[in-house]
Amino acid sequence: MRVSPQKTEKLAFGAIWASGAIAVLVLVFIVGYVVVRGAPEINAEFLFTPPRGGLGGEGGISSCIVSTLWIVAVTMLLLTPLGLGAAIYMAEYAPENKLIGFIRYSVELLAGVPSIVFGLFGYAVFVTAMSLHFSILSGALTLVCLLLPFLTRTAEEAMRAVPRAQREAALALGATKWQVVARVVVPAAMPGIITGVILSIGRAVSESAPLFVTMGGSSHMPDGLMSSGRTLAVHVFYLAMETNALEKALATGAVLVVLILVTNLLTNSISRRLQARMMGAK
Amino acid sequence: MDPKITVRGVDFFYGTVQALKGVTIDIKEHQITALIGPSGCGKSTFLRSLNRMNDTIFGTRLEGDVLLDGTNVYEDGVDVVELRKRVGMVFQQPNPFPKTIYENVVFGPRVLGETDKGKLDHIAETSLKAAGLWNEVKDELLKSGLALSGGQQQRLCIARALAVEPEVILMDEPCSALDPLSTLKIEELMQELKKDYTIVIVTHNMQQAARASDWTGFFLMGELIEYGFTAEIFTRPEDKRTEDYITGRFG
Repeated sequence: MRVSPQKTEKLAFGAIWASGAIAVLVLVFIVGYVVVRGAPEINAEFLFTPPRGGLGGEGGISSCIVSTLWIVAVTMLLLTPLGLGAAIYMAEYAPENKLIGFIRYSVELLAGVPSIVFGLFGYAVFVTAMSLHFSILSGALTLVCLLLPFLTRTAEEAMRAVPRAQREAALALGATKWQVVARVVVPAAMPGIITGVILSIGRAVSESAPLFVTMGGSSHMPDGLMSSGRTLAVHVFYLAMETNALEKALATGAVLVVLILVTNLLTNSISRRLQARMMGAK
Repeated sequence: MDPKITVRGVDFFYGTVQALKGVTIDIKEHQITALIGPSGCGKSTFLRSLNRMNDTIFGTRLEGDVLLDGTNVYEDGVDVVELRKRVGMVFQQPNPFPKTIYENVVFGPRVLGETDKGKLDHIAETSLKAAGLWNEVKDELLKSGLALSGGQQQRLCIARALAVEPEVILMDEPCSALDPLSTLKIEELMQELKKDYTIVIVTHNMQQAARASDWTGFFLMGELIEYGFTAEIFTRPEDKRTEDYITGRFG
């Protein structure tokens, strides 16, 4: 039996609408569950004291918040210039040959390697061989290795999407190759680059396994690059596996979610303002 | 009338495909030279070889001489940046940068090292005036160049090209994406600009070549078939192929 186009249209619309609705519902449910069950645990003491340990998961999460901020800051400071540099090379300077094709393919493969493998690599290279021990630096370097392929790829795609006409316009005005890159391509690709950076921050905040094996799990307040530390995600893992304080784990998770949300909003608004100033109002 | 650009026996290749065959032409100073011909005849390739824009396309090669004021622009050691400052270009699709109107116009002076705010303001104003856009945008210089209409965008691109004070302006079908009124504005503008600049325009539109240019060159399959006063090309073409083309028998 043939279904009329009108019916197909309605069916398709219904299916698409339902998929969208389910995606939103799942998100709302997960975040809602974590926040509702965790919220009663969140108070000043929880936020401003470090974990005290024990089977009941005594204490708060202050040192974990600080560790998380440390890890994100150090990772992004190293990752952003490296990723941008690699992306600029791949998109603008690299010749189109087999070697570059192979490199691009490897980068893609690397982006799909499980994060714990990067953790083991970080443990072997940074923690042991380079004697950086369990430290924020070891953890951040490991995350840089983990996220570099992703950020490079995202930024490269964004730059490749800048129309050839834009580059030619700049060249025809007497701009050098580097000026074209710095003043036309990178600004035009900025929205895509920012998205890549935001997603990288999100992953840096949420990774637990590779950090567990490279920055240790010390619950003390970190006092520098070389101290060990425990990020919020690692703490959630610890609370869930080693204690019976599920409520505290959920509360930590709630803080984590809020932190990610705030970071995203902040990065977004900064980049919008930057862009409005650069591109002018429409 | 001195030739501004002298082209002698230019062959051009995309890889192994030859796009230009022995092109020889003198482009006169302070005149408008129109290049016409069917799609794929090599007229755009020729135009882009005058400011070495084809250098940016991988695997291209040019043989022969292109002289600007008697100096070969393809000689080793020629500064391409300096060449492109002297030979500006306006493209087929209006291509303003996603920046403010002001930043679009001063882009050239800025990359060439001008930082003085007063000078840049002055350049922006005179260039926009010369491109006939000033009165329409003077109160909204900080709006995005992309917020303008197509015709305005193309005049913005002309202003942007004028801002580096070139000697020659190459126009690659500048009106093909514009409505008739905007086209008329650009043609009027060209008549103004030829007092100070040498203009070479590639066009698909034969009426445009006939009414807006002083000299016309007809390209066919990579060769310059005929070149002369526009009035003569359109009334008494010497070559049968030129006649066939301008009377609309092909292309």
